[in-house]
Amino acid sequence: MRSTEGSQAADKVDLPSLDRSYHDPRGVLSTLLSVLTGAATVVACIPLFSVLIMLFWRGGARLSWQLFVELPPTAFEEGGGFGNAIVGTLVMVGIAALISVPFGILAAVFLAEFGPDSKLASGARFCAKTLTGLPSILAGVFAYAAVVMVTGTYSAPAGGVALALLMLPTVLLTAEEAMKMVPVRMKEAAVGMGCTRSQVIWKVVLPTALPSILTGVMLAVARASGETAPLLFTALFSNYWLIQDGHLGLMEPTASLAVLIYNFSGMPFENQIEMAWAAALVLVLLVLVINIIGQLLSRQRV
Amino acid sequence: MALPATEREAAFGSVREMATGASISTPPSSLDIFADRVFRGLTLIFAGLTIVLVLYIVLEIGGKAAPAMQKYGLSFIASTTWDVNKARFGVLPEIWGTLYSSVLALVLGGFFGISIAIFLTQDFLPPKLEVIFKNIVELLAAIPSVVYGLWGIFVLIPTIRPVADWVHQHFGWIPFFSTSLSGPGMLPAALVLTIMVLPTISAISRDALSAVPPRLKEAAFGMGATRWEAILRVILPTASTGILGALMLGFGRALGETMALAMLVGNSNQLSISLFSPANTLAALLALNFPEADKRQEQVLMYAAVLLLAITLLVNICGAAVLRRATVRLSGGGK
Repeated sequence: MRSTEGSQAADKVDLPSLDRSYHDPRGVLSTLLSVLTGAATVVACIPLFSVLIMLFWRGGARLSWQLFVELPPTAFEEGGGFGNAIVGTLVMVGIAALISVPFGILAAVFLAEFGPDSKLASGARFCAKTLTGLPSILAGVFAYAAVVMVTGTYSAPAGGVALALLMLPTVLLTAEEAMKMVPVRMKEAAVGMGCTRSQVIWKVVLPTALPSILTGVMLAVARASGETAPLLFTALFSNYWLIQDGHLGLMEPTASLAVLIYNFSGMPFENQIEMAWAAALVLVLLVLVINIIGQLLSRQRV
Repeated sequence: MALPATEREAAFGSVREMATGASISTPPSSLDIFADRVFRGLTLIFAGLTIVLVLYIVLEIGGKAAPAMQKYGLSFIASTTWDVNKARFGVLPEIWGTLYSSVLALVLGGFFGISIAIFLTQDFLPPKLEVIFKNIVELLAAIPSVVYGLWGIFVLIPTIRPVADWVHQHFGWIPFFSTSLSGPGMLPAALVLTIMVLPTISAISRDALSAVPPRLKEAAFGMGATRWEAILRVILPTASTGILGALMLGFGRALGETMALAMLVGNSNQLSISLFSPANTLAALLALNFPEADKRQEQVLMYAAVLLLAITLLVNICGAAVLRRATVRLSGGGK
């Protein structure tokens, strides 16, 4: 008796149809939204392709060996290159890496191994995360106040300090994550054989975590190579080589690819604008290659 | 879960080298203990230096700005004139420009970023295509901002100018379109800014959406919800805290972005709601005026830097706090 009542009730319930119907407003809405998000995703990819195509089209046209070995042209001059800017970028990123990599890894060792739950560690972690959100121009303002105003001159080290500030949080936080991924058993085994904690870190933790740490370093280097704002008023720009007439002008204004693109893009001369595009192509390729090396390093491990 | 043999060998091999005598394990020598102490101290110092560094940044910029802060006080924020010769400085147009461009970028970037995050997490595409699209969106973040600026000047502005002119002629009575686009302006700057915050927003939103337990979605499907009913009523509300955090971090990035804006926004010291009129932002102001600033202007610019630092720190810290709450909520058991 009850079961028949139940089945009758079930007959009256409007069971949702499993077929997709385009007459049903719910189905239409669902399809519409799917198309909308799909279109949004495709539209978002357009700028990337537009940038890449323009870089290869306008920058590639001008690409030649001359660009890499000559100095930037003056206003009405034809030809020229940006060899000094490539050297400047590499030197300043190198200085930044020399400061930020040891700093970041040593701090990360404390955060991951010696005192992960200490107040100092959580404070340092908070500060590193805060630094991640520091606008790059403010890194420049800081380096201007702390280095340029003290030494009295625009210089490559001032630019390096500004870039180091932007690299530090990436290096520190990825190194901490990498070290935390090292299996506890490996550390315990080393401790059990009489290693001090430092020996465990040097001989077990750091070698095991190295590929992931390097990935973080590479990401930071790639980001720093493309930064312009922190260099504008710390390294400024220069039309000369870093080593001019046999003396190393480290404490003088230094050229960089990024600042060259910025300066030349605003000039009314066709030659300079072409060079800005070529420099942008070189810079993007440099950044992408460093990024890819970083990705390959982390893939090796898996 | 066994470790690969090579890894085990690497770990134990290096330990074995240290062991002397018959037993494989030896207590550390006093030299080892000394080295351990030194190394521990060193890492402690550098961890502490991270905190000192942030304080040093704030104090250094704040200290250099102090004279200007005392001299101009709050009128600096409220005034709209920037006249070097008369020594009258105000950054209201820059604050307005910073917030306006960032909000525009947030609205557009939020729409696209969240759409992408949904499209790439809710099984619309085969996994391989999902990975390809994910990489393309992440590549957007790898392009240096100065390159976007260059692209904006020579590609974006010429492309949108005819459209902007047409809109201005036909819809000029709407305040947003009240001026014509003469070249650089708010709209191209905001569009490039959108492209730059998009990867941040979509990556963090994607993490938030993937963290939603699959059983919630399965339950919604089991009750006869369509795919989009499940997304809009179950998945998005569950991931909302994480998405909010993504938006706030994207907003923080937009506020501090410099080069693309310095190249595209027009650097004009005016307050306007029109999308097509030139404007200025705090970061662009710093980038353009610092290289040739004299002593007095330097202090004023430091004051502007303090304002920018305060705004971005506030937004970023709030964003990080929201994200932390999101992870706690989702990992704290599905109550």
